[in-house]
Amino acid sequence: MRLELIPRPNVSPVMRAIAPVIAFAVAFLIAGFVIWLMGRSPVSAFQVYVLHPLADTWALQELLVKATPLALIAIGLSYCFRANLWNIGAEGQFVMGAILGSWLALATHGTDAGPWVIPAMLVLGVLGGMLYGLIPAFLKTRFGVNEILTSLMLVYIAQLTLDYLARGPWRDPKGFNFPQSVTFDPAATLPAIIEGSRVHYGALFALIAVIVTAFVMNRSLFGYRLRLTGDAPRAARFAGFDPNRTTLAVFAISGGLAGLAGIAEVSGQIGQIQPSISPGYGFTAITVAFLGRLNPFGILAAALVIALTVIGGESAQIMLKLPLDLTLAFQGILLLCVLSADALVSYRVRLVGRGAHA
Amino acid sequence: MNIRVTLGALAGAAALALSAGGASAQEKLKIGFIYVGPVGDHGWSYQHDVGRKAIEKAFGDKVETTYVESVPEADSERAIEQLARTGHKLVFTTSFGFMEPTLKVAKKYPNVKFEHATGFKRAPNVSTYAAKFHEGRYIIGQIAGKMSKTGTIGYVGAFPIPEVVAGINSYFLGAQSVNPNIKIKVVWANSWYDPAKEADAGKALLDQGVDIIAQHTDSPAPLQAAEARGKFGFGQASDMERFAPKAQLTAIIDNWADYYVARTKAVLDGTWKSEDTWGGLNAHMVVMAPYKNMPDDVKKMAEETETAIKSGKLNPFKCPIVKQDGSTVECKGGAALSDEQILGMNFYVKGIDDKLPQ
Repeated sequence: MRLELIPRPNVSPVMRAIAPVIAFAVAFLIAGFVIWLMGRSPVSAFQVYVLHPLADTWALQELLVKATPLALIAIGLSYCFRANLWNIGAEGQFVMGAILGSWLALATHGTDAGPWVIPAMLVLGVLGGMLYGLIPAFLKTRFGVNEILTSLMLVYIAQLTLDYLARGPWRDPKGFNFPQSVTFDPAATLPAIIEGSRVHYGALFALIAVIVTAFVMNRSLFGYRLRLTGDAPRAARFAGFDPNRTTLAVFAISGGLAGLAGIAEVSGQIGQIQPSISPGYGFTAITVAFLGRLNPFGILAAALVIALTVIGGESAQIMLKLPLDLTLAFQGILLLCVLSADALVSYRVRLVGRGAHA
Repeated sequence: MNIRVTLGALAGAAALALSAGGASAQEKLKIGFIYVGPVGDHGWSYQHDVGRKAIEKAFGDKVETTYVESVPEADSERAIEQLARTGHKLVFTTSFGFMEPTLKVAKKYPNVKFEHATGFKRAPNVSTYAAKFHEGRYIIGQIAGKMSKTGTIGYVGAFPIPEVVAGINSYFLGAQSVNPNIKIKVVWANSWYDPAKEADAGKALLDQGVDIIAQHTDSPAPLQAAEARGKFGFGQASDMERFAPKAQLTAIIDNWADYYVARTKAVLDGTWKSEDTWGGLNAHMVVMAPYKNMPDDVKKMAEETETAIKSGKLNPFKCPIVKQDGSTVECKGGAALSDEQILGMNFYVKGIDDKLPQ
């Protein structure tokens, strides 16, 4: 006996739309069952995990702060993934953007540099991520090197470069040799959108990226070129689209947005260079991109959902004393449910008996 | 501003309502902990959690404790603030990297008391505390110097930050004091907690002819590597005897319990004020596990050294301290190096062949 997936001839658009909702419900049921097994109340867990963050302005702001890097990176990745190109190195592009932008922050530290510093840092951040993203793209177009491997391996180089800088040349001279830079001057700090909160301008950039991407993907020739290259590479070539140019373009966009996310995170949230500046945003963003089905608005929603699970997970630890492992398990269950729901919308499962021919 | 305050109060009320198990919930002193690692690391975070449990045991119904584990340092501000805004009046942030976020949150919540481990920046509501682990390292250095048959001892370090470097120096000076020809090899795991990497580091040392391993990383993996090869090692942070009953000679135990209980009492009594605490063997912040698996004369020596350090007769960093390059370190603390010199140590002492990564 085995299971077989049979493509459905007609995929119901209604089902496609409500599949994520069903997936969520199922994930919560499974997690609720586990919590019940632990002798806790699933209802209060749901309240703390989901309702409480959504009903609290502070938590909502934190949600935006957390979702910002995820959304920015994932939007960039959607360009690559649409074109069937696998940029796994957003984490490295994020870090390189942060490094290049922070260089200016540290170079102007303690001087009376004017308000040009922050815009210049952002530009450098974009450039850092973009150039770093172009390395695997160049290696692929010039030498046919697999971009999955090169982009991934470049992550470690970026991380170790940051590590070196934080422990070496960029170390705060008054910091007892501890591995972190001076804290950035106000002129090098990305301002908050709402005064007094932690929501910085990165959130606005993410929103702009979503809207622009929605337009590019659906209304521009470039977007068409990407989708065609991804779905039917031969047809794209017949149409005169140069696959190499597409590769370079999407990696530049993807890297640039990751770099922007990196410098926004360092200058808006952390406020200094540390040996590690990301709890894996570049990798989580891959999940976010697929959770959002590579649709810009879907990605925005997915980034918020992932941010919600992180914040809800912390609340659950604090208020219900539920262990962190449960949060991690829940994230896994949620992803599995969403992907399964997606698969079940497009395919139906058939039980094939022993001896049947494939 | 007013709107936010009101909403914050509402959220606080909601939080209370959620946790309204007992009517006395409001009167309890709520104490929060932020851990950098998993609570089950059997090292650093585990020992802080032992301290947390000691608070619960000492004060029973008067306190309620909470922890958030595996908090990434660059993304810790939210978790710290979450504790502050859910009614925790005393918050321990137990890793160096939480320094700036702790200060940022402390500024926003002047009525909450913060205790930051191993940092150097204080505020009216932020104390700092750390332990003189290097005192224990001098003792294990002497034991290693006596016990080594190959004349080469090993050290698994996490990161070349001052605290770790001072530990290596103290360990080596201890070994040198009983065996002037002793050699040391250092391997960096570049992680505080990564059992696989730590085990590899331990094996690499053993392959190079090391027969005694000391470690400044948090898992029992290096010690277990020594056990597997019939060699010796030392427990780190907690008594790791059960992981390596034949290999563990002793362990340097981080004992935060006394300090945590004292600070909690100070808050309950209303006598808490911002301080810097740096206690060693004498203050009971550093405790040696029973000396085992060694001849009686070595055990006797270790016990005598421990007594001498406790009484202040012996200081591991008594002057003159000679650097690798042969220059003598300026003696700023009278008969020994000053606390500042030890806390900012970024050089190896003479006799260590390795090069300190800078």
